[in-house]
Amino acid sequence: MIFSRRELLIVGAGASLTMALPIMTHAATSDELIATFTGGAAVAEGGITLTAPEIAENGNTVPVSIDAPGASEVLILATGNPNADVATFKFGPLAGSFVASTRIRLAKTQDVVAIAKMADGSFASAKSTVKVTIGGCGG
Amino acid sequence: MAEDVKPRVKVPKTAAAGEVITIKTLISHQMESGQRKGKDGNLIPRSIINRFTCDFNGENVIDVVLEPAISTNPYFEFDAKVPASGEFKFTWYDDDGSVYEDTKAITVN
Amino acid sequence: MKNQKILGLIGLTAACSIGFGAIAGPADDSLVINGETEIVTKTTAPAYIDGLSEIYSGWHFREADTRVMQADDFDNPGMLGVEAAKDVWSEVDGSEGKACASCHDDPASMAGVRTQMPKFNEAKGTMYTMEMYINDCRTERMGAEAWGWDDSDMINMTALISSVSRGLPMSVAVDGPAAPFWEQGKEMYYTRYGQLELSCANCHEDNYGNYIRADHLSQGQINGFPVYRLKSADLSSIHNRFKGCIRDTRAETFKPGSPEFIALELYVASRGNGLSVEGPSVRN
Repeated sequence: MIFSRRELLIVGAGASLTMALPIMTHAATSDELIATFTGGAAVAEGGITLTAPEIAENGNTVPVSIDAPGASEVLILATGNPNADVATFKFGPLAGSFVASTRIRLAKTQDVVAIAKMADGSFASAKSTVKVTIGGCGG
Repeated sequence: MAEDVKPRVKVPKTAAAGEVITIKTLISHQMESGQRKGKDGNLIPRSIINRFTCDFNGENVIDVVLEPAISTNPYFEFDAKVPASGEFKFTWYDDDGSVYEDTKAITVN
Repeated sequence: MKNQKILGLIGLTAACSIGFGAIAGPADDSLVINGETEIVTKTTAPAYIDGLSEIYSGWHFREADTRVMQADDFDNPGMLGVEAAKDVWSEVDGSEGKACASCHDDPASMAGVRTQMPKFNEAKGTMYTMEMYINDCRTERMGAEAWGWDDSDMINMTALISSVSRGLPMSVAVDGPAAPFWEQGKEMYYTRYGQLELSCANCHEDNYGNYIRADHLSQGQINGFPVYRLKSADLSSIHNRFKGCIRDTRAETFKPGSPEFIALELYVASRGNGLSVEGPSVRN
């Protein structure tokens, strides 16, 4: 794939973010997404684990994993992205654990947040700060 | 259908009854976020895989909703319980309506 | 005239403002792919390389998460390109009714090829890269159209041919008919290009292990090409990498496939003689 410098700047600014452009459509904020997910219920800190690198060499492909024992569903948010929602994992009856990993896009240095809905209806959360170096010379 | 979409999955061929195994999946897909501009200066429309599911003999293992913040070539790693011999079914749902499927058999010995 | 002076001044200011940051040398780690293929990622530099005593694969300069991604073919997204090329390998194309497989059987038969690239082609009387050999097969044996240097078909095919040499040491010839090309490449390596007046050596010989802004500089070895770049989420060719580097010096770049880049490829490949082939590797 060949990018022009202009496109690269856009990609570099965040795989999915254009800070210089007005955002035309309303992007739900992290708080709104959390409220929708929890129905306004209180969220306890801890009880689940979110693993993400302290420094991501490139925000385009950042490995993250969650371990949420007893969760039925886990919402992952990138609070500094133009659209904060990243993914929602639902564990089925044949899930072998409450662990899942994926690779995500982060527009800039920010907090990644996981909110788990527990089988008993309570909510737990974990947070991890990822420093994104807008790096990778050339190309 | 988006171009060159090819699913890959990694599942052990055998397991003990009730064993927990690790599954990895990767599908080649651009995951166009809808926020990027093309050469003509216009936004490239969003085109992503928006859902991924894994089932075993008809029972769900994991069901994931994907947003544009999932990287190009979506990758997932997770664990599944294998109660008996059977077949894993993997399904990816594309914004354009395409559905990509893969299956893997596993034998309980 | 005035403009030239201003440009010169900007160039100078920019060059001065580039700081080479704190040392965070090569990571102390070792690479085994799929739990079976041992990769030589550091070794003694070839005798003809004056500026280095040890040579390190670019793998050592990446963060742990990126390094791990290359250790398993399933986790390495560059293998998607390899698999795509495997399909193309046995697809008939062109007027002669042939596929790659018609002459070369299994892609595994290409083991060792990547270690010698680029190589002086006696029949053609010039230096040949893997891309050129592939296109000769396509146009002369298959009667098919040549691929562009950075077409995905081409990059995927170079990834497939590299992948079957993984673990074998790079060993390009630098003497005999290759010598003048090697000399040309060496000359380029130490030439300062662009408004920033940077040579390859300024970053990759004098300052590897240091940071240039947020980038951890490697030795610029090419044993891992083509590389899957997390940045573009795609495979990238050697010449595309050269182009990006030269453009970053704010110079007009040479074109992929140009005689200049072919000579530079030979010289840079020779600086990595002894490192294992890694392509397709994973980099940032």
